[in-house]
Amino acid sequence: MRKLALSDEILLSIQQPARYLGNEMNVVKKDVDQVDIRFAMCFPDVYEIGMSHLGMQILYAMFNRREDVYCERVFSPWADLDQVKREKHIRLFALESQDPIRSFDFLGFTIQYEMCYTNILQVLDLSDIPLHAEDRKENDPIVIGGGPCTYNPEPLAPFFDLFYIGEGETQYDALFDLYKQNHLNGGNRWSFLEEAAKLPGIYCPMFYDVMYREDGTIARFAPNTPGIPETVTKELLVDMKDAPYIEKPIVPFLKVTQDRVVLEIQRGCIRGCRFCQAGNIYRPLRERPLEELKKYAYQMLKNSGHEEISLSSLSSSDYTKLKELLDFLLEEFHGKGINVSLPSLRIDAFSLDVMSRVQDVKKSSLTFAPEAGSQRMRDVINKGLTEEVILKGASDAFHGGWNRVKLYFMLGLPTETVEDMEGIAELSEKIAELYYDEIPKEQRNGKVQVVASSSFFVPKPFTPFQWARMNTKDEFLQKAWLVKDKFRQMKNFKSLKYNYHEADLSVLEGVLARGDRRVAAVVEEAYHKGAMFDSWGEFFHNEIWIQAFQDCGVDLEFYTTRERSLDEIFPWDFIDCGVTKDFLKREWKQAMKEAVTPNCRQSCSGCGARRFGGGVCYENSN
Amino acid sequence: MKIRIKFSKEGDMKFIGHIDIMRYFQKVMRLADVDIRYSEGFSPHQIMSFASPLGVGMESRGEYVDIEVLSTDSSQEMMRRMNAAMVEGMSVLSYKRLPDQAANAMSIVAAADYRVRFRDGYEPENFDAFVEWIPSFLDLASIYMMKKTKKDEKEIDIRPLIYDFHAEGHELVMKIAAGSAANLKPDVVMRAYMKEQGLTLPDFALAVTRTEVYGTRKTGEKTEVIPLEAFGEDIE
Repeated sequence: MRKLALSDEILLSIQQPARYLGNEMNVVKKDVDQVDIRFAMCFPDVYEIGMSHLGMQILYAMFNRREDVYCERVFSPWADLDQVKREKHIRLFALESQDPIRSFDFLGFTIQYEMCYTNILQVLDLSDIPLHAEDRKENDPIVIGGGPCTYNPEPLAPFFDLFYIGEGETQYDALFDLYKQNHLNGGNRWSFLEEAAKLPGIYCPMFYDVMYREDGTIARFAPNTPGIPETVTKELLVDMKDAPYIEKPIVPFLKVTQDRVVLEIQRGCIRGCRFCQAGNIYRPLRERPLEELKKYAYQMLKNSGHEEISLSSLSSSDYTKLKELLDFLLEEFHGKGINVSLPSLRIDAFSLDVMSRVQDVKKSSLTFAPEAGSQRMRDVINKGLTEEVILKGASDAFHGGWNRVKLYFMLGLPTETVEDMEGIAELSEKIAELYYDEIPKEQRNGKVQVVASSSFFVPKPFTPFQWARMNTKDEFLQKAWLVKDKFRQMKNFKSLKYNYHEADLSVLEGVLARGDRRVAAVVEEAYHKGAMFDSWGEFFHNEIWIQAFQDCGVDLEFYTTRERSLDEIFPWDFIDCGVTKDFLKREWKQAMKEAVTPNCRQSCSGCGARRFGGGVCYENSN
Repeated sequence: MKIRIKFSKEGDMKFIGHIDIMRYFQKVMRLADVDIRYSEGFSPHQIMSFASPLGVGMESRGEYVDIEVLSTDSSQEMMRRMNAAMVEGMSVLSYKRLPDQAANAMSIVAAADYRVRFRDGYEPENFDAFVEWIPSFLDLASIYMMKKTKKDEKEIDIRPLIYDFHAEGHELVMKIAAGSAANLKPDVVMRAYMKEQGLTLPDFALAVTRTEVYGTRKTGEKTEVIPLEAFGEDIE
């Protein structure tokens, strides 16, 4: 039998030992002597978060379908085990084989949010792998990163040998074949990286140099080695039909965040909200065929024993066969020991009907995401949701028996005025009033409850708002207080609740999102000073980061509040994500004019993604 | 119809906590196509109850869970299906039909068997001499030990709760009280035994396996304490 990497004494003295066993249902077991490539796939956060991530399970299944590859999982050891490992010098191991990561061929990170960057360093450090790519030797694993954050990989550039830009399904086979071939040819680490850097979608930071102007902006970003491409184009799975998916999901013993079968119904989005990075980088929208989804639903439920199934996409209401899919799921599974958990849908008669069939109306709440308080502001961000539609949806819901509403907003959006901010409280009040106006006293199920939350807007690369000035922490907080104050003036303020997010974290996220290579030193310094699990409130220490910026001589505000000119070269400009910079500029200008742009199904706005040759761009052009 | 399932939990599975085992069994029911009864309402749950939670770190070859089913195949077939869905370290040992009026396992638990051994490096130097004193220990009229309650600690006499205690090879075997009326933990017995000899029990010194759980059966005047699986019968 496999021997665990940790002793009983250690496992019994830390929280949730089940995080470190690798003995869950449906884990892939292979004879390590019979494979050519060992791949450790890491989600740099705690197990319960990482195991909830769909993309990792898709790639795990896909890699392991190859007989010559063994893909295993690794997560950030929680703070208690982190300490034990440092004291006792226990190297980080992969869950399935319990073997040290250091002996693997690849260590792959899926990088889903900026605040996990210090945990990437933690994983490298505990694995005893040099933090800097340039310090790694022949026997160290190739460290490769993927996921949305790699659309601006520069703040992590020194720590990675390679980045994979785009969807993982398309190029990993070629990368693995290249790796094996390089060995057969007697090649070394360097020759592999040099060839890998020529594969589509692969970016090898050490083959590129950056030169800066005196004002700190980029003067030139270019390859330093012959044969290395100037531009890296994102990888895209053009046709979702017959795309690899999960047949046997790994079923954790621990209660993880996403403790259910998840069907990815489509990728991409037609909406074009101007603040949204996912809506741009995953263009064009591509749907999975209904029949395949039905098959996967059966298969995954049968193989996992899960009691719940849910859908995943950026905007499920836009899936053309949503009604057929939901009807199928409800008919097949609802009431048979399987819960159908609904994704957030646009509130209308159809979705309310579906919801009332699977939820206890009295106990559930409805969610709207107006994102901004006024129509003017919603036009700026191109959120095609009008007050009329929101109020109609709320009215239908109140008549259907609901009396709890959640509203999501952002503060700090470009061009924002006091009226826009006050609009958050006013819209919340209008919804509350609607309840008391429309629902007679005897039909009311208690008081109405409207909970509005606002997050602080962080400009992201590859969005029309990539040129936007970000607010300072003080500006953010003043805006939140202004909104809070406005709420107190509302007639129904007792039925309203207002929450706002942490501002320090948003500012830091802003630096990492639009940072360049010079920010890497700050990440490393913050890590050495003890920063880790920054997305966890109890572990986040802003002062560590502020000190790290000072010690590294890096000006935080250069990345956040600075006004950027339209012709500035951005650190991520060498990546071609499909959507062109010209389109983003056009959209930025449209935003300033408060003009809306139609969605992809209304008309094509020429974003550039059409050249991939698939998806919504070709829906009606057979 | 009521069913009692006996199962083992060994190897790496000893680190999986009780609540996670409960959730795991719910999945096994679906994986093995057990026609289990669900409660009513918007979020129906399976009718399932466990006899006695096992502490994290302990292994067992005698765990029990009661379920209610609407229909069932033979015990042999049901065990085969459930074992096909089990992970390494877990297996179903018996699947028995209970009389309809049977009380649930948790309410009748009376005693449990444990086998205890010292982990490597923790065994007393002269093990034979160490266990020689067992008869004198059992001759004591009372053995007072501190027991933690919800609010504070209190001293209780554990002697009446020890039904059997002897050595077999390098293992110590005991039958002690379990259940809601009086519950004794095997490490408390070991600590008491070592304390009487002037020894202390270090943390993590013991590897404990539960081997059986017993329930009280009253038939007329007669009261007997029998393994929980003996309350039911195999389904042919």
